[in-house]
Amino acid sequence: MTGFGALLARDLRLVWRRPGDVMVVLAFFVVATVLFPLGIGPEANLLARIAAGILWCAALFAALLSLDRLFAADYDDGSLDLLLLAPWPLELAALAKCLAHWIVTGLPLAVLAPLMGVVFGLSGEGLGALCLTLLVGTPTLSLVGGLAAALTLGARRGGALLALLALPLCVPTLIFGAGAVEAVATGEGFVTHLAILGALALLALATLPWAIAAALRQAGE
Amino acid sequence: MTTVLLEVTGLSCRRGGRMVLGNISFELAGGELLALTGRNGSGKTTLLRALALLVRAEAGRICWHGEDVVRDRESWRRQVAWLGHLDGLKGDLSVQENLSVAARLRDEAPDRIARALAAFDLEPLARRDVRTLSAGQRRRAALARVAASHAPLWLLDEPLNALDAPSQAALRAALGGHLAAGGLAIAATHAPIGVPGARALELGR
Repeated sequence: MTGFGALLARDLRLVWRRPGDVMVVLAFFVVATVLFPLGIGPEANLLARIAAGILWCAALFAALLSLDRLFAADYDDGSLDLLLLAPWPLELAALAKCLAHWIVTGLPLAVLAPLMGVVFGLSGEGLGALCLTLLVGTPTLSLVGGLAAALTLGARRGGALLALLALPLCVPTLIFGAGAVEAVATGEGFVTHLAILGALALLALATLPWAIAAALRQAGE
Repeated sequence: MTTVLLEVTGLSCRRGGRMVLGNISFELAGGELLALTGRNGSGKTTLLRALALLVRAEAGRICWHGEDVVRDRESWRRQVAWLGHLDGLKGDLSVQENLSVAARLRDEAPDRIARALAAFDLEPLARRDVRTLSAGQRRRAALARVAASHAPLWLLDEPLNALDAPSQAALRAALGGHLAAGGLAIAATHAPIGVPGARALELGR
């Protein structure tokens, strides 16, 4: 696990040295969510009803925003060859990179989203559900986005292609994430939604590191 | 009699539908340096990448200590230290941090880093972020990463790129020390590498 920890620590250190990259993602999330009340109008009931969908969509777009550099930076400076030549499974390297992405985007988004939920008039329970579903759901976004980022390495217009590849695959997470908050608003429990989000995350965890590693090997050729 | 450690037999690679390497064979014993020469596009980089298993060979075998390296890729990767066209350094990390991370990524002890930094006259630059260095200084840092590795086989793609005369001398000294300790090296190069006793393999003839 030395290599896994070293790669995770390296990527976190790189973000720490250039916090602007993460700040842009969080600022995008805040600006995108604030635009909706301005465009739709100040009707509190309507905003509260659509809040979950808006916040989840904004979180998804924000998470994707930083994904195009997830492997591209290593590809561009030659570090990808060193990862491909590391004497431990490339699948673990893919996982470390996605975990680093989640720590610096998914986790802050899960913390920030309830604050934005207040703007939309979400109830206390709704805010809690939003935070929990984002905590459980955003790892899937990082893994799915990681796969799209690996598949589009070296491609022209890779960022647009990445979004086209990743967005459809994130639809189930989006539906159950937003659905959980709506379920709370209608008085239903959100445990089922949360369980499904957890299952999706586990499925992504069990399959996508292998797919990402295969895509990275292909890109390295 | 020296023992052959690396044996390459009939290695062929195709890239973009074109045969880049055809039926390449050579042997390398401990303490030997093989310089890959040839014109642009002759397949020097492809051969290095094929040896590192970064590129799939269409045919042929690479044996290390008589064992086909594809049987245990992770073990083979431990034997290889890599210097590519690109330096493989992170601009926002210092030289020292880059070398430490590289050692940890390879599960190696960082005990050779200080010596490697000294060998390439990088001690005054060790705490500087790589993005603030010149191309030649970055190349030296990348070479120091190779020298700090415990791997017996160095694969070097154009190691002389951007190096001034003192840095080229440092590379020759580092290579000399590595070979004297029983290591092996294969370097793709356009200019003579200047290590006594180096063998040459011209590609694309």
